[in-house]
This record gives sequence, C-alpha cells and structure tokens, in this order.
Amino acid sequence: MNRFGYSLSKARVIDYDANNHAVAEYIAEKEPSFRLCIACGGCAATCTTGNFTEFSLREINILIHRGENRKPGSDIRKCMLCGKCILVCPRGVNTRNVVITAREAFKKFGINAL
Amino acid sequence: MHFDPFIIPFNIGLYFILIYVVGRSIIWFRNLSRPDKLRLQRGFFGMAFGQSLKEIFLESLIHRKILKTNLRLGYMHMSLAFGWFLLILFGTIEADIFGSHHLNPPHMAIFFRFFNPDHGKTAFENGYAFLMDLVLAFILSGLILAIIKRFSSKSVGMKKTTRLKHLDKIALASLWLIFPSRLLAESLTSGAYGTGSFLTGTLGAWFNSFLPAKQAAYPFWWLYSLSLGTFFVLLPLTRYMHIPTELFLIFMRNSGIRTGDKAGTYSEVEVHSCSSCGICIDACQMSFSAGINNIQSAYLLKAIRKDEDTSGIVFNCLMCGRCDVKCPVGIELTSIRMIQRRAAGAGNGIHNIWHGYLRTNPVPVTAKQPASKPSYDFLPARKPEKADILYFAGCMTHLTPSIKNSMVKILDASGMKWSFMDEDGGVCCGRPLMLAGNDREARELINFNSRLIWKSGAHTLVTSCPICYKVFRESYYLDVEVLHHTQFIKQLIEDETVKMNYLNKRVTYHSPCELGRNSGVYDEPKEVLRHVADLEKTGYDDGNSLCCGGSLANLRLQSPDKHKIASFAAAALSAPAPDYIATACPLCKKTISAETKIRVADIAEIVAESIVKPVANGMKKQRIPNPIETSKV
Ligand code: SF4
Ligand code: SF4
Ligand code: SF4
Ligand code: SF4
Repeated sequence: MNRFGYSLSKARVIDYDANNHAVAEYIAEKEPSFRLCIACGGCAATCTTGNFTEFSLREINILIHRGENRKPGSDIRKCMLCGKCILVCPRGVNTRNVVITAREAFKKFGINAL
Repeated sequence: MHFDPFIIPFNIGLYFILIYVVGRSIIWFRNLSRPDKLRLQRGFFGMAFGQSLKEIFLESLIHRKILKTNLRLGYMHMSLAFGWFLLILFGTIEADIFGSHHLNPPHMAIFFRFFNPDHGKTAFENGYAFLMDLVLAFILSGLILAIIKRFSSKSVGMKKTTRLKHLDKIALASLWLIFPSRLLAESLTSGAYGTGSFLTGTLGAWFNSFLPAKQAAYPFWWLYSLSLGTFFVLLPLTRYMHIPTELFLIFMRNSGIRTGDKAGTYSEVEVHSCSSCGICIDACQMSFSAGINNIQSAYLLKAIRKDEDTSGIVFNCLMCGRCDVKCPVGIELTSIRMIQRRAAGAGNGIHNIWHGYLRTNPVPVTAKQPASKPSYDFLPARKPEKADILYFAGCMTHLTPSIKNSMVKILDASGMKWSFMDEDGGVCCGRPLMLAGNDREARELINFNSRLIWKSGAHTLVTSCPICYKVFRESYYLDVEVLHHTQFIKQLIEDETVKMNYLNKRVTYHSPCELGRNSGVYDEPKEVLRHVADLEKTGYDDGNSLCCGGSLANLRLQSPDKHKIASFAAAALSAPAPDYIATACPLCKKTISAETKIRVADIAEIVAESIVKPVANGMKKQRIPNPIETSKV
C-alpha cells in the first residue's frame, strides 16, 4: 500500500456498509414520485407538524435516499397526513403516500417498529 | 300427463336456490346487531313494509332509477326483471285457470304449453296466449340489448382473475339461453298443435312447414329446463345473487338500518346487491377524465365479493361520492370504501367453489396492524382565548391566505366576540388520517382539538374547510354548533348583521364534494352567492357537481392524472364564461385556479369584497381589524 503521508480522520469516514437502501427502494417502487424530490424544503416550510416539533419531510427524504434510516424511522410517525406539503411541492411528489409507504417499509424491515 | 323427466333439472335448481336464500337470510339475520334486529322486526310488521313493497316494485322490477339515468340500460334491466316476473305471474294464473288442477307446483306454470299443448284454441284462451307472447317478446327485446351491450361496451368488460371466471360464463350463458329456448320449445309445440299467438304461433307454423315440430320440440324443453336449473344453482357464485339480495336490502334499509363504520350483515348485503349496471363507472371522473378504469365502485364490490385484496383499489379513489349518489340500488358506496380503508383492503381470496357458497362475511372486520404507528405525543398543552364564536381556518386555508383574511374581515364586521383557534397554525382536524384508514390515530388529534374548543367556551365553531367541517360534525363529540363559513355568512345576511353591495358579476359555483355530496350542504353557499352576484348554472350542479381532483382522499393519484381531472372540472366551470368561479373550499380553489385563467374565488372572498361597511353596533371588538388586502394572493 502506498503511503501518501496524510490520512482521513476516523470521524469523517462514511461507512457505506452501514447504509441500508432497502427502505428507499421499497418506497420508490410503490410510490415512484419519491424519486422526484429535489430536497427543496417546501414541504418542511409549510408543515403542520413542523410548527410544533422538530420535523422535516425534506430531511426524511434525504436520509432515506442515503440509506440512513434511524432518524426517519422515528420521525415519520409524527406526520398528520394533512396534505399541505402536496400542495406546495414543486415536483409533484405524492408526499402523503411517501409517508404512508415509508411507515410500511419501516415496519417491514423492522426499523423502529413499535 | 303431469310429469316428464325433463322437469327434473328445473326443480333441482329451484328448490336449491329457495333453500339457499332462506338459509342465507337466516344467517344474515342472526349476524345483525341487536338494535338492527329490532329495527328489522319493527320494519317488517310496520309502515316500512308497504314502503318496501312499493320500492321493490319500482326499483327491482321496473328499475325506475336506471331508466331515469339511462333509458336504454333501464329498458334492458326492466324487460328482463319485470318481464320475467310477469311471465311467472301470468304463467301461474294461466296454469291455475286453464290447467286441470288448481294450486299447481311451479313447473306446471313454467312448462304449461308442454303439458297442455291443445290449449289456445278458443278465443279467450287465444287472447291469453297473445298476452303471454307479448311478455315473451318484451323479455327477448331486452335480452338482445343485453347481448349487444356485452359485446360492444367497455363498461361491462370487468377484469376477471379468479377461477370463478368459467362459472360466471356458464351462468351468463344459461341466463341467455333461458328465453330463446323457451321461445323455440313453445313455438315448436304450438306449431305441431296449431296453437300459439303472434310470436310462438307464427314461428311454430313456419317450423311445422318443414320440420317434424312435435319431435323437434322435446330437446328444447330439456334445454329450457336445464338452463333454468343451471342458472339457479350457480346464482350464489355470480353477480346475479343481487336479484334475491336486493329484496333483503330494501327491507333492511326501509327499517332504518344503515351501513355504519363497521363491516356487518348490512354491508355484506349491500356488496351482494350490486347489479353491475355500470352507472358508477360512467359517473366516475377517475374514469372519464383520467382514464383509470379499475378502481370504480363496481370493481371494488366485485373484489370484496371474491374476498380479494383490495388495497390497490380502495385508496385510489377521490371519495367524491359521485357514484354513491347515482347508484340506483342505493348502496352506500363511500361508507363501504371507508370500511375497507380501515381494514387496509385486506382480503383472503376464495379458494374453491364451496368456499364461494358458504362464505358469510366477505368484508374483513379486523384491521391490519397500522404500520409504524403514528404518534402525536409532542403536541403542547394550549390555553385558548374565551369567545362566543371560534374560527378554525384549517391547514388548507392557511395555504390560501386570501380566504383566511376575508374571514377575519367578515368576522370583525359581524361585531361578535370571536377568536381565531389556529391563527398561528393549528393541529390537523384528523380527517386526512381517517381517510387513510388510521381512525385510532386520528382520535389523538380530535381529542387535542376538542379540548381547545371545549375550553374556549364557544357556542359556535366556524370553519372554512369542508374537510374539517365534515369531521367536526360527524366525529367530534362536541356541544357546539358547527358551521361552514358559507352557512355562517348566510346567517349574518339573514340577521342583517352585515350589509353587502350587489357586485355586478356573473359567477358559476363549484360545490365541493366534502361540503355538498358528503355533508349535504348545497343551498347556503348558493343563496349567499345569489345575494351578491348573478349565479349561472354549469350542468354540473348540486349532486352532479364535479370533483376538483385535489381530494386528499386519494392517496395514490399521481399529479399528471390529478391535473386531468382538475382541468376537466375547470373547463366545465369556465364554460358559461363567468367573471368568477366561486367555490367554498380552499383546496378546490387552489386546484381549480391552476387550470383556468378565470379568477377562482372562495365565497368568503367575494363576500368580503362586497361588504358595505362594518356595522359598528356598539359591541367591543375583540380584535383590531388588520388593513386587509382581499385581492389575489
Ligand atoms: S417540497 Fe417536494 S421536492 Fe421539495 S423537499 Fe418536499 S417533497 Fe422534496
Ligand atoms: S402531510 Fe405530514 S409532512 Fe405534509 S405538511 Fe402535513 S404533517 Fe407535514
Ligand atoms: S355499485 Fe351501484 S351503480 Fe355501481 S354497478 Fe353496482 S348497482 Fe350499479
Ligand atoms: S367516490 Fe368518486 S372517485 Fe371514487 S369511485 Fe366513486 S365516483 Fe370514482
């Protein structure tokens, strides 16, 4: 192995093996519009739940796409399905069904099943 | 001569179906809840009985409602049902008067001509034979229509996926064979004996000219009996079960039994009462605007009857109620869909024929465990302002601030002591969760809002959103009067609390599904509109109004299809070239305004613009009126 004289600090290493894309794939298959999200944050800005507690559908979408499911797995339970996000989403993501399908997926894959 | 082996299939079928229907009715009755049992008993021995008989005559035989909707379809149903009924009735009378005995077994009436071939020689007998021929011709005309419809219309091409497919075909073939085989059998017999009237007599004489009619008749009598017997035996497995079931449904409904929110005998009877007339398919915008043709109520009921998994069907529906108000059988289609949603569309499938006959409760009662259960324990405790009138804008109204601002202006002008329940953003009313089948979780939100309303001491709750209105009225146990803002404004006009200028504008009105069909509020919004503007008809008024397509009830609809539905609705509302399209729902406003150049305004906005001046009647205002711009936002 070559030694370049510098190294990555441990904390900045992304461990791809720890990421689980099963949830993202499950959602994208059942609700294809999930793929359209550009993480603009419109949904989070208008969110009814976000008015009361730390909750962002944008963050959930990003994390699930990355395969980091722990936080979304517990956050997703807070959505009230009120539908404001659908009306503001510029990409036509069917956000409520994303939430419902994500709940199914988390249960199916045993992530934060309660 | 009162017996011939060919009557055996008919008799087997007839007694089988009679015993089956009685047995099934007993099971249904036993499964009714106690109050419903009492209702039915009372209905059976009371006024409702006469009403039911009348309805059975008008709807099950004449098919009046189908006739009103679609003349040809109605004629087809009527000729088959009413014609068959007359044939049996007149046949029984014929056998009784002209036969050798009185009180004959049923096959004597059905096969009368076979057992009395000489009958029809005297003038009176011949007159009666004319009547019988007339009825037969009536039925055959309907049958021809049915056959044409089956081969030409797409609406009857329902997808068949189970192994019952073949049975359905056999049942249909036997139904179609019944009357032609009767015609041929009677004609040939009449031909041989020189009897019969304009139809059977003429045809028979012609056959007799080149055929040994007497011998040729016999196989057709067998065919007639066989097709009747087969049809009766297969009846419980096919959609034709609706014929006996609908009678039961009418008695139950007239006794005051309703679907409710759980699966039970009544919903099961409803599911089996669908005649597959297809009216719900024609009414559905998912079909005629978005071209989605597998989710309509007729398909849902069919899937439930076969105990299939309906999750792909139940959630892909606007819950607009258009099919519900048009169903000629009066099946509460939206209630049934809600029951299925609560059960997440679970189904077990029918595995064999016996299962098909013996199954008693096809609608699942137990819901699947909700996936990753929602939880709202983060909601803070809140202390509301005391007020007489509480205004709840709702999530959707917060996305259309012009409606909210208009309501603030109107409430201020009313001079009443009011407070804004969700001014800084509130908690969702719970209906969207219920529409997704999460009733228990919706309760958490309902309880939160109920506490706020109760603590405010208000006697009236006004909301701008029909979705909230429906759930406040039906699922909150509140001791307050719940009003949609159009109803509230109408009261203000009647009390002369607010005065308005007449705007010289022509408007069309879009009746929101949740307010109109689903809550029965049609008139107040139109009366308010007529007070300030000139209301035009669109051809889609009241019960026939369209869905904007934005419905939160559809969890599956993709945005391109949503736009197709919305643009059809927008085009219909724009057709009379109005100055404004008026509506009474923030969601409808948002959805429709994206599809038309004409201004779409909520009734609250139009009213706020036409208010003359706030009537200051000395009462202390609770709020300082904002300098509100009611223009487009
Ligand atoms: S509004 Fe739509 S595109 Fe934007 S972050 Fe939310 S889901 Fe993604
Ligand atoms: S549906 Fe859920 S994520 Fe969307 S705005 Fe409402 S609470 Fe927020
Ligand atoms: S549900 Fe009603 S309208 Fe639809 S096919 Fe059945 S009977 Fe006809
Ligand atoms: S409720 Fe509306 S969208 Fe649903 S099936 Fe009936 S007509 Fe179609």
